Amino acid sequence: MSDPGFFQLNVRALLGRSYPRVVGGMRELSWIFFETVLPLLSIAAYVFIYKAFLRPNPSPDQLNMVNALIGYVVIGGTMTAFWLNVLWSMASQLYWEKEVGNLQLYMMAPMSRMALLGGMAVGGMFMTSTRAITTLVVGVFIFSIVITITNPLLILAVFFVTLIALYGMGMMFASLYLLYGREAWNLSALMEEPIFLLSGFYFPVKALGQAVAIGASIIPATLGLDALRQLMFSGGGPGSQFYFFSPELELAVLCVLAAVFLVLAKLSLAYLEKLAKREGRLTTRHQ
Amino acid sequence: MTYAAETRELTRIFKRKAKRHLFKRKPAEDGEKENGGPVKALDHVSLTIKEGELFGLLGPNGAGKTTLIKVLCTLLLPTSGSAYVAGFDVSKDVGQIRRKINMVSGGETSGYGLLTTRENIWMFSQFYGIPTKVAKQRIDDLMHTFGLTDKKNTKVRTLSTGERQKMNMIRGFVTDPEILFLDEPTLGLDVNASRTIREYVMNWVRKREHKTVLLTTHYMAEADMMCDRVAIIDQGRVLALDTPANLKKMIRKESTVQLEVDTLKSTAPLGVIKGINNFSSKDDIVRNVTSLTIIVEEESAISDIMSAISAQGSKIRSLRKTDPTLEDVFISMVGKGLEE
Repeated sequence: MSDPGFFQLNVRALLGRSYPRVVGGMRELSWIFFETVLPLLSIAAYVFIYKAFLRPNPSPDQLNMVNALIGYVVIGGTMTAFWLNVLWSMASQLYWEKEVGNLQLYMMAPMSRMALLGGMAVGGMFMTSTRAITTLVVGVFIFSIVITITNPLLILAVFFVTLIALYGMGMMFASLYLLYGREAWNLSALMEEPIFLLSGFYFPVKALGQAVAIGASIIPATLGLDALRQLMFSGGGPGSQFYFFSPELELAVLCVLAAVFLVLAKLSLAYLEKLAKREGRLTTRHQ
Repeated sequence: MTYAAETRELTRIFKRKAKRHLFKRKPAEDGEKENGGPVKALDHVSLTIKEGELFGLLGPNGAGKTTLIKVLCTLLLPTSGSAYVAGFDVSKDVGQIRRKINMVSGGETSGYGLLTTRENIWMFSQFYGIPTKVAKQRIDDLMHTFGLTDKKNTKVRTLSTGERQKMNMIRGFVTDPEILFLDEPTLGLDVNASRTIREYVMNWVRKREHKTVLLTTHYMAEADMMCDRVAIIDQGRVLALDTPANLKKMIRKESTVQLEVDTLKSTAPLGVIKGINNFSSKDDIVRNVTSLTIIVEEESAISDIMSAISAQGSKIRSLRKTDPTLEDVFISMVGKGLEE
């Protein structure tokens, strides 16, 4: 059998590495409860706060406003699944792979390191998408949210570029976490709740002020959420004063973030591999 | 001539750098040290492994066997010297080398417990770009050979140690490597599982052209039975390299005496007996027995040995003279057994 070409090898490697997450994840059906029902509870808390704003006999504008705010919360709750997956699963994956002895087998295989990281990301995206979509559909149904979609292609583009940028960030974190071991896990704990606040997972991010919103834009979820909300609730909502940039500009910035994170992920893993070969640890268990 | 693997004055030193910390920590307490002196895992190792050879590396834990394999597998860089696999330099030509090799270690826990055995092996085959149809056919054939067919749809996390190691072996063979590195592949396995693996490895090398295996083990009988040539390695240095038969001939003029005696207080008196080349001892606390393997140059030393044992009030339970084994060669060179 002749050797596969570079493209064939790496596409197969990427699909192979994504397989455990795509298939394996579906074999633990407890996720339906833990990752769909439980997130809905925290979403519900915000929903009831926004609903409390409604006076008796609300005007159509008030109804639209609250509908949009509840929609913001549900979309934020949906994106929470991706953020947690990036933070706790993607970022810590290489460290975990090292501990079970997979990492050295990956490192001695002929595939590109980006195929390895890409497979982890694609698998994570797929697995989390099924969970996020379930949360979205159930949330929209339970809370009777009216969504107005005017530009579905732009929504899809924003959604996928946000995911690529988010997972690119996770790929970069993966090398960092491997370098610092379990200590880096504290970073995940440190980043989890503050990012929920700074990226505006449950409210329009601009409510925090322009400067904070710009700073928080380094996390791709910030701009992704803002753009998705603008595109899905164009008929109502708190008004343009709470929107950050235009969806088109936010998409452009997300594309740049995605490219930067992917390049940084490639460079950091290459650096890590070099370090591992020189120092004789990092990729190998007990070293 | 291009060898399957070759090392020239290969040295690998581990510097034991301090662990990186993301957050500032208090200094280590109670003498706990994170920095240590450098460890020379490989010390000017020069050897050649021919294509089609089943080559054994024999040595105790910490001898440098795994380090050598990791250098040849492109997971570690040499500190000095050079190493080549299939004619390619491990420092420069990693891409070419990685397409030609695979590695299986004993006690490996690689893979994902949620996947089935077949899925797990398939996944690893994809990292080598094997087409799915070819991979699945090979997996089925190998599972049949290793007696694992009935476990092919079993989740990996439910496999026994032996079954898991068979799966690891299949992972190594499924990519059809030119050179396979086996690092203690039968470690902790029962007799049947070990035999299946040994037989398959030997057939794989003998019956197929251009296939090479580098096997590390500290099971003497395994090296003796399987390997075309064996390198005895200790503290990072190759002490001897030859066929098992020739290695044993090196000490043919000597005799090996194996004794079981009541637990000895000290083996020091044996060290001063004239005519003893070297010896190893192992205590069995449960049976209250010390097992001695003694390489003697002069048979007259045997009566002195018996006197030294009796002088400690210990009784001799059994005594036999045996043909030299690889372990005897090792004891003769290193002055200790492999499992000490």
